[in-house]
Amino acid sequence: MTDLGALFLSASFAQNMPLSLFLGLCTFLALSKRPESAIGLGVAITGVMGVTVPLNQLIYTYVLAPGAWGWAGMPDLDLSYLALIAFIGVIAATVQLLEMLLDRFFPAIYAAFGVFLPLLTVQCAILAGSLFMVERRYTVAESAVFGVGSGVGFAVAVVMLSAVRKRLAYADLPAGLRGLGITFILAGLMSLGFSSFAQMAAQ
Amino acid sequence: MAARFAFWSTLTDPLIRQNPVTLQILGICSALAVTTSLATALTMAASLTVVITLAAGVISLIRRHIPDTIRLIVQIVIVASLVIVIDQILQAYFAEISRALSVFVALITTNCLVLGRTETFARHNAPGPAMVDAFGNGLGYSLVLIIIGSLRELFGKGELFGHNVLPLADSGGWFTPLSLMLLAPSAFFLLGGLVWVVRSIYPEQAEAPEFDATERRGAAE
Repeated sequence: MTDLGALFLSASFAQNMPLSLFLGLCTFLALSKRPESAIGLGVAITGVMGVTVPLNQLIYTYVLAPGAWGWAGMPDLDLSYLALIAFIGVIAATVQLLEMLLDRFFPAIYAAFGVFLPLLTVQCAILAGSLFMVERRYTVAESAVFGVGSGVGFAVAVVMLSAVRKRLAYADLPAGLRGLGITFILAGLMSLGFSSFAQMAAQ
Repeated sequence: MAARFAFWSTLTDPLIRQNPVTLQILGICSALAVTTSLATALTMAASLTVVITLAAGVISLIRRHIPDTIRLIVQIVIVASLVIVIDQILQAYFAEISRALSVFVALITTNCLVLGRTETFARHNAPGPAMVDAFGNGLGYSLVLIIIGSLRELFGKGELFGHNVLPLADSGGWFTPLSLMLLAPSAFFLLGGLVWVVRSIYPEQAEAPEFDATERRGAAE
C-alpha cells in the first residue's frame, strides 16, 4: 500500500508531467491564461488519464505484449509495435465517450469543458502516461495510481501557473517578453521549485 | 494566398518569422525534453521533419476523401503509422540514441506541430505546397532544437556531439560545467530567452497585455 502512495506522490510531484518531463506543454501554456479554464483542464486530464492508463495496461498485457497470444498457440507473436496506434485509439475513444456522456447527463459541465475535451486526444501527457506504463512495466493497480497521480500533478501545476499569470497583470514587462516569453520563464521557476520534490522523494 | 504558389516564402517563413515553436506555440513538449545533448536534438529534429513532411503529403492526397467528422482520427492514425516506422528504424540502426529519446519518438504522434500543420494547411492545399509548408515548419522546429540543444550541451557539459569543446576545470582547463543546464528549468529559461530575442527582432510579434485595466475592474466588483 505504501508503495502505491509513494508512486502517487512521485507521479504527481517529483515526476511532474509538464514541469519536469515537459509533457503536455502545449495545452499547459495555451490554457493557463485564466484559473477557471485551468481548473477545468486539470479535472478533465485527471479523469482521462485515470481511465486510459489502466485500460491501456490491460490491452497491452493481454493483447499486445510479446507472448500474450501464447494461449492461442502463438507464443512468438509480438504485437508490441502496434502499441502506439492501440493507445491512441483507446484515448480517442475514451475522450469521445466522456464527451458524449457529459453532453447527455451533465450539460453544464460539458459546456464548461467543451473546448478542452477533444484537445485531450492529442495531449502528449496522456499518451506519455500509457507509454511510460509500458516502459516501467506497471501492474493494473500501479498504472491506475500512476494515471491519477500524473493527472493531479498536471492539474496542480496548471492551476498554479494560471494564478501566477493572472497576477502578472500588475507587472510592467518588456514588450518582447509578454505572453509566451514570460510564461516560459515562470514555468522554469516553478520547475525549479518542483525539482526540490525530487530531492524529497529520493530520501 | 497569391495566385501563383509562393514557394520560397512558404518554405522560409516558418524558419524564424513564423517559427512554429516561438510564435505558434506548437510542438514545445518535445522541443524541451530532448535537448540535453545535440545528438538527440538532431535525431529528434530529423525524425519530426520526415514525419511531418510525409504526413502532410499523404493527408493532402486524400484530403477530399476524409469525412470531416472523423478526420482527426484518420490524421492521427496516418501520423502514428509513420512514427512507428521511424521508431523501428531508429531502434534498428541507432539503438543508443533511440534509448536516450525514450518515449519521445513515439510522442511525435501527439506533437501538436504535426497535427496543427495538417489541420490548418495540408487539409486545404495540394500535396506539393502542403509538403513544402510542412518541411519548412519541420526546419523551423529543427532550428530551435539545434540552438537549445547546442547551448545546453555546451554549457552543461562543455561538449558538442560528445567532443570536448571547452576545457574542463577537472582536467586542467578553466570551464566548470553548469549542471543546471542539464536539468529541466534551464530549458524553460533558454526557450523563454529565445522567444524574447525573436520578438525583439520582430516587434510586431509581441503580445498585447493579457489583462487590461477595464477587465480587472470588472472582475473585482
